[in-house]
Amino acid sequence: MTKIVVLVKEVPDAAVQKQVDSSTGRLDRSGEKTLNPFDTHAIEAALQLKESGALDVDEVVAVTVGPSSAVKALHKAVSLGADRSIHLTDDALVGSDVVGTGYALAELIKRESPDLVLAGQQSDDGQSYAVGAAVAEYLGWPGLTQVIKLDVDGQTLTCERQAEYGYDTVKVTLPAVISVGDAINEPRYPSLKAIMGAKKKPLESLSLGDAEIDASKVGEAGRKAVWTGSQEPPAKAAGELIEDEDTAETVEKIVAWLDDRKLI
Amino acid sequence: MTNILVYALHHEGAINKNSLGAVSKAAELASELGGEAHAVFVGEDVSDDTAGSIGTYGATKAFRVKAPAGVSQPVVDALDAVLESGDYGYVIFGGGLLGFEAGAGLAARRGGGIGVEITGLKVADGKVVAERPILGDTQISDISFEGLGVIAARLNAFEPKESGSPVSVEDVDVTLSDAAGKLEVVTRGEQRGADVNIEDAQVLITGGRGLGSAENFSVAEGLAEAFGGSAAVAATRAAVDAGWFPYAGQIGQTGKTVAPKLYLGLGVSGAIQHKVGMQSSDAIVAINKDGNAPIFEFADLGVVGDLHSIVPALAEAIKAKKG
Ligand SMILES: Cc1cc2nc3c(=O)[nH]c(=O)nc-3n(C[C@H](O)[C@H](O)[C@H](O)COP(=O)(O)OP(=O)(O)OC[C@H]3O[C@@H](n4cnc5c(N)ncnc54)[C@H](O)[C@@H]3O)c2cc1C
Ligand SMILES: Nc1ncnc2c1ncn2[C@@H]1O[C@H](COP(=O)(O)O)[C@@H](O)[C@H]1O
Repeated sequence: MTKIVVLVKEVPDAAVQKQVDSSTGRLDRSGEKTLNPFDTHAIEAALQLKESGALDVDEVVAVTVGPSSAVKALHKAVSLGADRSIHLTDDALVGSDVVGTGYALAELIKRESPDLVLAGQQSDDGQSYAVGAAVAEYLGWPGLTQVIKLDVDGQTLTCERQAEYGYDTVKVTLPAVISVGDAINEPRYPSLKAIMGAKKKPLESLSLGDAEIDASKVGEAGRKAVWTGSQEPPAKAAGELIEDEDTAETVEKIVAWLDDRKLI
Repeated sequence: MTNILVYALHHEGAINKNSLGAVSKAAELASELGGEAHAVFVGEDVSDDTAGSIGTYGATKAFRVKAPAGVSQPVVDALDAVLESGDYGYVIFGGGLLGFEAGAGLAARRGGGIGVEITGLKVADGKVVAERPILGDTQISDISFEGLGVIAARLNAFEPKESGSPVSVEDVDVTLSDAAGKLEVVTRGEQRGADVNIEDAQVLITGGRGLGSAENFSVAEGLAEAFGGSAAVAATRAAVDAGWFPYAGQIGQTGKTVAPKLYLGLGVSGAIQHKVGMQSSDAIVAINKDGNAPIFEFADLGVVGDLHSIVPALAEAIKAKKG
């Protein structure tokens, strides 16, 4: 029997204008939030491993570190097919950097001792593509990010990904931490029934104390990459914009623009 | 004295241009800090010539660790061992994929901090401060480090600069961690699809996921033909991973860096990892049906509309114009 943990994060909805709090340098987390779209590929990958029988999966557990509002992301994760979820939430976590988040997630994962941890390729807001690698290091497990093909043979995963020089194929022995790229699958939509039933699936909410996580290694206290200020990038001339209403006219405008710049 | 360590990515005997840029930058920063820049090579068969040549870009030492290349755990083990032997304050990775992975692993192991997508580095009050663009590059954050500072640079952030001469190579014996032994690189750098050339084209018509299928790349081909001889077709990672276009024609973080006279994106959203490979183009034109697509933030001409109706008509109009 195997257990899969999927790391999911709550992020600002893509349609919301993102802002930074100018006094702390942190993302302003007010406004509509949603499950990080990249993480739905990790959930889908877990479900496909389970449904295909490639791994004898008895449980898929969604895990998040985030503010109280992040339960919504967990509800979405279970409505997509995770069996239960775990939410680490504590005021002392505010301001955690990549390493602090990785440490906290690893501690939660150790409580579950799964065989496989899956993550998304990037969080829509943090965009560091790095949390999965920090988690792997804290667990002392092999890790690979940006995986777009995953085949299982016993305890060995054969993974493909695109890296700096082309496509790489890497064999990884379980237990492992794999971050999946968005080309790995086409995530399903949750059924209405699953959405309605999501709140009934087990959700464990933990504080740092509950999970016995060292508060000095997370949040502001544990932060080793510290925001110290911000600047505006050099101003760039705004581009021109054409809204296509009449295609013949649009094409005429594009051709004129290109012609003016001797690009034709 | 604070030294800076740089991970030198290499493949088939050549050092990655972004690693050369990182070493050049490290040498500059180290001299301000009163220290030195050193480089670490990890691989099974790194030659003396290859490793030593890093001195030309300002590194005063080249360390060589015999371990598998292409995955991050052996890199973490190698850098960790070298860090143990000297007085280092920072580690820099040039833009790539491994830097994010190995960088985060190393910061976690050494209790340091990591800054990713770094586009600038400066010294203030005797410490290195890293510049990280955020929110679709509309703001730049300054990041300082407590403990070891690990920097994963954005692609093309730092240009290689020659400032020294080749150095001798020191071999370092490293005991790899258990995790490193659980990864086996089966193939590396596989080139999928035809060997297309996009780096010499004056006009690049770039197809994204918005094209919808491999067959629809004919829409992009049609437009390239209308422009004539110096035009070629390129693609985003989404299109390449979907198998719609050859990897050799991919622009971005894990593809090519291009700077044509005209970049014309069809159904390309303009993600940062794509932008870093084409932002030096002289003119950027984008056709995308989503008015909120990030590419409109940096396009010189943006067209909000359906590429399937606009592009064939545009190809005809360009042909007519050229007569
Ligand atoms: C570590 C890492 C490395 C990466 N390396 C690269 C890289 O080297 N190169 C790269 O390109 N990406 C890279 N990416 C991926 C990158 O983040 C984006 O996912 C990718 O660039 C998106 O490709 P796209 O614009 O084709 O697709 P999407 O982001 O899906 O955009 C498709 C666009 O098409 C538009 N569209 C759809 N239909 C139409 C229509 N009929 N008419 C007009 N417009 C339409 C949509 O509005 C949308 O904006 C990397 C990511 C990571 C994390
Ligand atoms: N706070 C978090 N809680 C759970 N998972 C996270 C968290 N932050 C990042 N992740 C996971 O790590 C992946 C990469 O995130 P990032 O490194 O921020 O780009 C995401 O797609 C998630 O799967």
